[in-house]
Amino acid sequence: MAWTWLHKLASPPHAYRIAGRLAPWFGWPAGILLVAGLYGGLVLAPPDYQQGEGFRILYVHAPSAWMSMLVYGTMATAAAIGLVWRIKLAHAVAAASAPIGAWFTFAALATGSLWGKPMWGTWWVWDARLTSELVLLFLYFGYLALRASIDDRERADRASAVLAVVGVVNLPIIHYSVNWWNTLHQASTLTKLGKPSIAGEMLWPLLAMILAFTLYYGAVMLVRLRAEILCRERDASWLRGELAS
Amino acid sequence: MPRSTASAMLLVYRRDLLIAFRHWDQVAQPVVFFAMVTTLFPLAISPELGELRAIAGGVLWVAALLAALLGLEFLFRSDHADGTLEQMLLSGHPAALLALAKGAAHWSACGLPLVLVSPLLAMSLGVPAQALCTVALSLLLGTGILSALGAIGAALTLGLRRGSTLLSLLVLPLVMPALIFGARAVDLAIHGEPATGPLLLLAAMLIFVVTLAPLAVAAALRISVE
Repeated sequence: MAWTWLHKLASPPHAYRIAGRLAPWFGWPAGILLVAGLYGGLVLAPPDYQQGEGFRILYVHAPSAWMSMLVYGTMATAAAIGLVWRIKLAHAVAAASAPIGAWFTFAALATGSLWGKPMWGTWWVWDARLTSELVLLFLYFGYLALRASIDDRERADRASAVLAVVGVVNLPIIHYSVNWWNTLHQASTLTKLGKPSIAGEMLWPLLAMILAFTLYYGAVMLVRLRAEILCRERDASWLRGELAS
Repeated sequence: MPRSTASAMLLVYRRDLLIAFRHWDQVAQPVVFFAMVTTLFPLAISPELGELRAIAGGVLWVAALLAALLGLEFLFRSDHADGTLEQMLLSGHPAALLALAKGAAHWSACGLPLVLVSPLLAMSLGVPAQALCTVALSLLLGTGILSALGAIGAALTLGLRRGSTLLSLLVLPLVMPALIFGARAVDLAIHGEPATGPLLLLAAMLIFVVTLAPLAVAAALRISVE
């Protein structure tokens, strides 16, 4: 009985309506936090004592890198749920998430490269974290390419789900082997959750930006999910009623 | 009379090997490709053995990976086309174990020949004699990893248009860790240092993928054959 709400959620008409209702609740806080975080990061935070003003790209780079992994995890979780319980909606969530994740990964790479110019003197350095981010982008490309090249929707859903699960199992191996291969990068500033080695007035805009990016992903994913449901259910009768009202 | 799973696996393994060696040109092609790609590097960079020695580990590993990738496409294709694969999935034996047998046969016909010629190619790149054993050993483990991970990609892309390009796109990011450790092991051996560390990591990776990949291959085959 406790599971009925879940079953309801898995039905496309319900999901379509709930996603429509929830999207603004993610979108507006994301927008507000984004403005606050950018103001805090670009104006209020003092320049870094080593990197000067250049460090401010961190406020876009770190949240993008964080999102690139969070979205892959979400995608793989949704894919696994869809694979195990054969919930079509879970596959729709995975399909809606993949392009967003790929763009976040691309943004993390692009900002990392821009940051590299003043810090290292070149646009690209084969540094461990940039490289694993690049491999992650390849994993996203593989997922999107596999999905795009299968015409049958059910097979596309389930085949890409297997790939997403295989990818997520491999991700830690890739990450640690790339780290082992090269450890040039400065140590991560947020790994020590207890005592981050970053000043408070620099930290809160970063946390605001991370939260803003996460909420932004939620909002965009819900909108894309609605589009995905529209596309998948285009012949369903409930949709005709829904669109007529 | 119902056969045991072990004898079914053996049957699949021997049948696939027999088919592979009836088309011996398909066995030879990756080896020739491996040799050719390795030849491109002295032509492109320099005939100087000292310079070649510095990049030999990477060159051998990348060339072997690409060569092994070539054969992957055929892993399930003909069985899929003539319906054998469907019968295997319906046979009642665990699909993961039959997939393991097929993967093992593919590795024996495609990966093992690459391992056997690798010391010869390594010598042509100026790799000293004491490192040849490491070259072969690292590729022995590495081609196994590629066969296991590649089988997942081959099963997922079964029967798709432009499947081979897609296959490389899916499999290459997954085998990058193996490349890192393998090339590193060869590099260490060339410099006369012990390469046990990276080799053990490669072996761990092989055990890991051989354990889990057959399950993913079985799931992917069921999806593709359905």
